[in-house]
Amino acid sequence: MADMAKDEISHDHNHDRIDRRGFLKCMAWAGTGALCLFKGGVLTSYSLSRPSEIPIGAKGELSFVQISDSHMGFNKPANPDVVATLKAAIDKINALPSLPEFLLHTGDISHLSKPEEFDTVDQLLKAATPKDAFFVPGEHDVLGDDGKQFLERYGKGSKGRGWYSFDKKGVHFIALVNVMDLKAGGLGTLGPEQLQWLQDDVKHLSMSTPIVVFAHIPLWSVYPDWGWGTQDSAQALGYLKRFGSVTVLNGHIHQIMQKVEGNVTFHTAMSTAFPQPAPGSAPSPGPMKVPAEQLRSVLGITDVNYVKGKHSLATVDSTLLDSAGA
Amino acid sequence: MKKVFVLTASLMIVLTLLACEERAQGTAPGTQPLPAAADNQPASAAMVKIDNFNFAPQTLTVNAGTTVTWSNGDDVPHNIVSTDKVFKSKTMDTDEKFSYTFTKPGTYNYYCSIHPRMTAAVVVK
Repeated sequence: MADMAKDEISHDHNHDRIDRRGFLKCMAWAGTGALCLFKGGVLTSYSLSRPSEIPIGAKGELSFVQISDSHMGFNKPANPDVVATLKAAIDKINALPSLPEFLLHTGDISHLSKPEEFDTVDQLLKAATPKDAFFVPGEHDVLGDDGKQFLERYGKGSKGRGWYSFDKKGVHFIALVNVMDLKAGGLGTLGPEQLQWLQDDVKHLSMSTPIVVFAHIPLWSVYPDWGWGTQDSAQALGYLKRFGSVTVLNGHIHQIMQKVEGNVTFHTAMSTAFPQPAPGSAPSPGPMKVPAEQLRSVLGITDVNYVKGKHSLATVDSTLLDSAGA
Repeated sequence: MKKVFVLTASLMIVLTLLACEERAQGTAPGTQPLPAAADNQPASAAMVKIDNFNFAPQTLTVNAGTTVTWSNGDDVPHNIVSTDKVFKSKTMDTDEKFSYTFTKPGTYNYYCSIHPRMTAAVVVK
């Protein structure tokens, strides 16, 4: 188990590179989760797969958990039991030494946008100790109805196609939607209406306000050949340039990648359902089949802490091994 | 690897076309001959296979009146959306199929709106 943990990517804070060795090794799919902790205005994150690394009594001003890509309804060999792996992620969250204030789900809640898939996730999340949850849609959540069902279920109070923002203890959170109206040959798209809203949304904020942006498809070019990027993300990030601390949390690629650019830290999370290959390492980004005994080591959750004085997000992702008793 | 795959896919399509031709000549029971067959025209049906987030063949050329069937061989869902909004499939999960009959000549570009990097075309003669 400890050996598994060593194989995960840990941090690459303040360096513009990716821990490729670790990255290639962490292609697993054991339920994404991260604990994010704001302390003195700076965010640090911890992997829920390595609870021993979370400082005892670590509270900070604010903490939350990110989970992602639950793909409820998926039942192929890569993971025939996505319910069990989501449950394992929730168990990890509930076992945290201090209670996170809320959950962020960065999309692909369902696999095929079926009502029963959303129902199952909603039901499972009721067992999570944090009662508040915030969602953004993945492309799997808006199939066939342009996101109508998603908006009915999760979009109360949101603007346009489901974007919104909120403040928690001085931190400004921005939920962006980049899975709608995708054009042939293109990548994820925010669109002019949402970009305009974003510009207005952050206009009144002081530059010392910590910003957390979350969206499904990465807001940086992870691997455009596989559609892992957002074509108009540069414009969105342009509106956030003046802020001292910007953290971007994404899902979609079912593996951990981190990158720091100036004051912006990008972080993608593992999936609670199944792993995907490293960019370009396979013919396609389809689900990776791993031996059953390894599955939970490649799924995880992400904890994030905010720590004052450093303008970067430290995120650590944990796998589901510990709590799942695999 | 990809070449081999494309070759295999092409071969499959040729075989499918041959099979269809035979069928159209009235050898298979329960198959209605299409007008094209009466004039001894080729192919009244054709297949596009989706594998590894690719359509094969990338460009399919058929005669007017041909019914094209797409089949999803991936572990994730895809769909077929005409760029000019001529046709649109439902979401196709693994092994699900979608068919559309092309009656008018032209080039029909299409893509998967879930994974928009996946693009291809049907050329109707």
